[in-house]
Amino acid sequence: MEPTISFFSGLQISDIWYLIEAAWRTVMISALAISIGTVLGVIFGWILYEGRWAAALTLGPFLDVFRSVPLIIQLVLFYNFAPIIGLNLDPFFSGVVILAIYCASLVANVARGGMEAVSKSMRRAARSLGMSYWQDLRYVVLPIGGRAVFPSWVGVALGVMKDSALVSVLGYIELLKASQILITRTQEPLLILTIAGAFYFALSYPISRYAASIEKRWAS
Amino acid sequence: MIEIRGLEKYFGTLQVLKGIDLTVPKGEVLSIVGASGSGKSTLLYCINALEEIQAGSVSVDGTDVHAKSTDINALRQKLGMVFQQWNSFPHLTALENVALSPRIVKGKTKAEARDIAATRLEHVGLGDKLNVYPNALSGGQQQRLAIARALAMEPEYMLFDEATSALDPELVGEVLDTMRLLAEEGMTMICVTHEMSFARDVSDRVAFFHQGVIEEINTPDKIFGAPKSEHLQKFLANVR
Ligand SMILES: Nc1ncnc2c1ncn2[C@@H]1O[C@H](COP(=O)(O)OP(=O)(O)OP(=O)(O)O)[C@@H](O)[C@H]1O
Ligand SMILES: [Mg+2]
Repeated sequence: MEPTISFFSGLQISDIWYLIEAAWRTVMISALAISIGTVLGVIFGWILYEGRWAAALTLGPFLDVFRSVPLIIQLVLFYNFAPIIGLNLDPFFSGVVILAIYCASLVANVARGGMEAVSKSMRRAARSLGMSYWQDLRYVVLPIGGRAVFPSWVGVALGVMKDSALVSVLGYIELLKASQILITRTQEPLLILTIAGAFYFALSYPISRYAASIEKRWAS
Repeated sequence: MIEIRGLEKYFGTLQVLKGIDLTVPKGEVLSIVGASGSGKSTLLYCINALEEIQAGSVSVDGTDVHAKSTDINALRQKLGMVFQQWNSFPHLTALENVALSPRIVKGKTKAEARDIAATRLEHVGLGDKLNVYPNALSGGQQQRLAIARALAMEPEYMLFDEATSALDPELVGEVLDTMRLLAEEGMTMICVTHEMSFARDVSDRVAFFHQGVIEEINTPDKIFGAPKSEHLQKFLANVR
């Protein structure tokens, strides 16, 4: 009779630690995916913006696919088909790969918008001072365009963090998956989902506050 | 010396410059006047290779501007340019706006670049605005900032493309005064302008542009006192 008692049991302190650990895994996978996705996305956005190579012709539709196919389908397909081409990735890395590409496909548009936000005249002024193409990008386009689209980028990043919950379908135990496990055991779905929701909020809120304060500083 | 020979410029099939020959010796102040769309801005852009050319040549102190082998970023340091739009870098203070290129293009240290910037801002009358961001400056002040920024590269020539056209009338004077100051100091200047009084009083020569050619070029006295071309006579009648 002992096992059944411990099978369904109330929420314990150790469960909170379990959730905290899981939240940490959410942070890990999101931070990694957002970092890689942002770097890739800026490069993709730049290719789209310059738009003079065949690359732009193939890249656009490629990114469209990742933007429009539901993430959960991408994850399952990638996780199951990657081994066929010899990539044996664990759920964490599969998740990072797909989330990063997904993030990159969103950031690409944001980044292109940022570059378009810098007027041609501004860029000519930079070049007329003797700046090289790359110096113009680094010292003029990046800071000016970056500020223009920073709020959109924060939106993308927070979205990717929430979407990282979908990696749970691969068996990666992040915040959502951990909550489901606890719900199965405790049969307290409302309580646990509330706690999990609070965790997500606790992760996003400081980021949006911080972003808002940066925007305010730039505006002044 | 800037030497332009047989310069032709097309945008697609539209020919904007139809064979320009022009020599601007060191120390000269040349004003370019002409109707909107006649190719004045395009000529300036061809001089510092912000636009490619299709025929002819531009040389600055003997260097072919459009040759593949020319280090254009080095050459552009000789050619300061001021645009109709002020193009202040909004994320940088006035001092940082001016100090940026000396630091990253010329490789000056931070301290050197700041010294250069402070001197230049003083020069254009913005000595009290060093740490102000452009959005707190008036249009006239931002245009003077743009002039200081160009001067910080120690150019030997200055190209002005309607530097006062986007300004409120009451702010035009301060920018023209700054340009006048540069002219008095002996700077070689090519000024595209709609300010006929500036063209008359400050320039050594005035060129009248009409549909992609220099239709008449002469001293201000001759251009304004005894215009030969019919188009120029019409043009002057309209701007007066
Ligand atoms: N990037 C471009 N692409 C296509 N056409 C252009 C481009 N830039 C300028 N043009 C055209 O070239 C012609 C000359 O333009 P330009 O700007 O040199 O004239 P402008 O004499 O400076 O006129 P304004 O007094 O209005 O500044 C115009 O007909 C203009 O429409
Ligand atoms: Mg023009």
